[in-house]
Amino acid sequence: MAIDEKLALELQKHGIAVVPVEWLYNWGRRSSIWPMQFGLACCAIEMIAAATARYDLARFGAEVFRATPRQADLMIVAGTVTKKMAPQVVRLYNQMAEPKYVIAMGACAISGGPFKDGYNVLKGIDRYIPVDVHIPGCPPRPEALMQAVITLQQKIAGQHLTKGQRPRWYDPTASAEYPVPSYGAHDLEPPVNNNVYQRPHQCCEVTNEEIIKK
Amino acid sequence: MIPAIEQLREAVLVAAPGASVEIVASTPAAQQPSLLVNREHLFAVAKFFKEDARFQMDFCSCVTGVDYPAKADKPGFIEVVYHLYSVAQKHGPIILKVRAPRELAQCEVPSLTPLWRGCEFQEREAYDLFGIRFTGHPDLRRILMWDEFTDHPMRKDYRPPLDYEWEPTPHGETLARTKQMGGLTPPSASMEKVGAK
Repeated sequence: MAIDEKLALELQKHGIAVVPVEWLYNWGRRSSIWPMQFGLACCAIEMIAAATARYDLARFGAEVFRATPRQADLMIVAGTVTKKMAPQVVRLYNQMAEPKYVIAMGACAISGGPFKDGYNVLKGIDRYIPVDVHIPGCPPRPEALMQAVITLQQKIAGQHLTKGQRPRWYDPTASAEYPVPSYGAHDLEPPVNNNVYQRPHQCCEVTNEEIIKK
Repeated sequence: MIPAIEQLREAVLVAAPGASVEIVASTPAAQQPSLLVNREHLFAVAKFFKEDARFQMDFCSCVTGVDYPAKADKPGFIEVVYHLYSVAQKHGPIILKVRAPRELAQCEVPSLTPLWRGCEFQEREAYDLFGIRFTGHPDLRRILMWDEFTDHPMRKDYRPPLDYEWEPTPHGETLARTKQMGGLTPPSASMEKVGAK
């Protein structure tokens, strides 16, 4: 901060607030995170509960659920992402305007949850789109979702607008669109977007045909 | 009331002469024996149960596929199980079973959708997950998996695509797969990277 802190305090006593533009900008953004209104499974019920008067997500400025990706800042992936649904989720993410954030809510959205050994459920939406906050739980309680929103607010507050640690959308060379996977004969293609997600082990390049042969 | 299974079999043999009808005992818990009908006469038998005044089975509640893989001494088969109920007479179920070879090219069973419209989606599901082709079905497409998918995942010999994830407490099949991939130790390197963020 360019201004002396004592001077800033002194000015505050006279009703003058001196803050960097960056702070003001981030304050505005973090105080009005509009989530996109879509749910995939039971986690969506908890998300709805978080928006009701009992938990009141409005206290954090995130109560305006938008029914279109064009007007939303935050995508809450609430529930099981089946492989059939995954391309649509990525497409919705691509249609959101920058700056945009993602909360993966619940065991299924972060890892596939109880269905991770199945054939039809994606093992975490972070395989295709960048996730800012992961919430464990099956399903997470509304308080956990609010914790995630507060965590996201802290993350937004710490973002810099100038070069160095500036976010993706200020970097003209960064990709703004994430490839939508296509339906393959055995699995989604590609099964993972390697630019977003690194598998824990690099030993997974065995195809289904080879396994059947064994 | 539905008569005893032996009398059901007699009635079927009178109504559909030439049909092979076998009584299949069920597990003791369910106590619901079923009728195993040959594929050629399945439609006639089902039509009889639907239209006969004694039964009036106007509701087919369930179409289920079951995969019995080949064992050492006998070939495998795919079984389709139909549960029939009567809403009009408040009785049921009558359970019909039919068997088809496991080979995809020959795995065909006559569709009962012309009799019960409610069978349409259930037969599509059985087609999707087991690869049973229902001849005479008006719109036999996949219903759960995407159209480009080529496998039938509920068959016993189906292997899901191997996208391995590290598992803290693997057991059963997952443990076998984990050993196959050599992934019993936690991915410490990538975990540290996540922690550093």
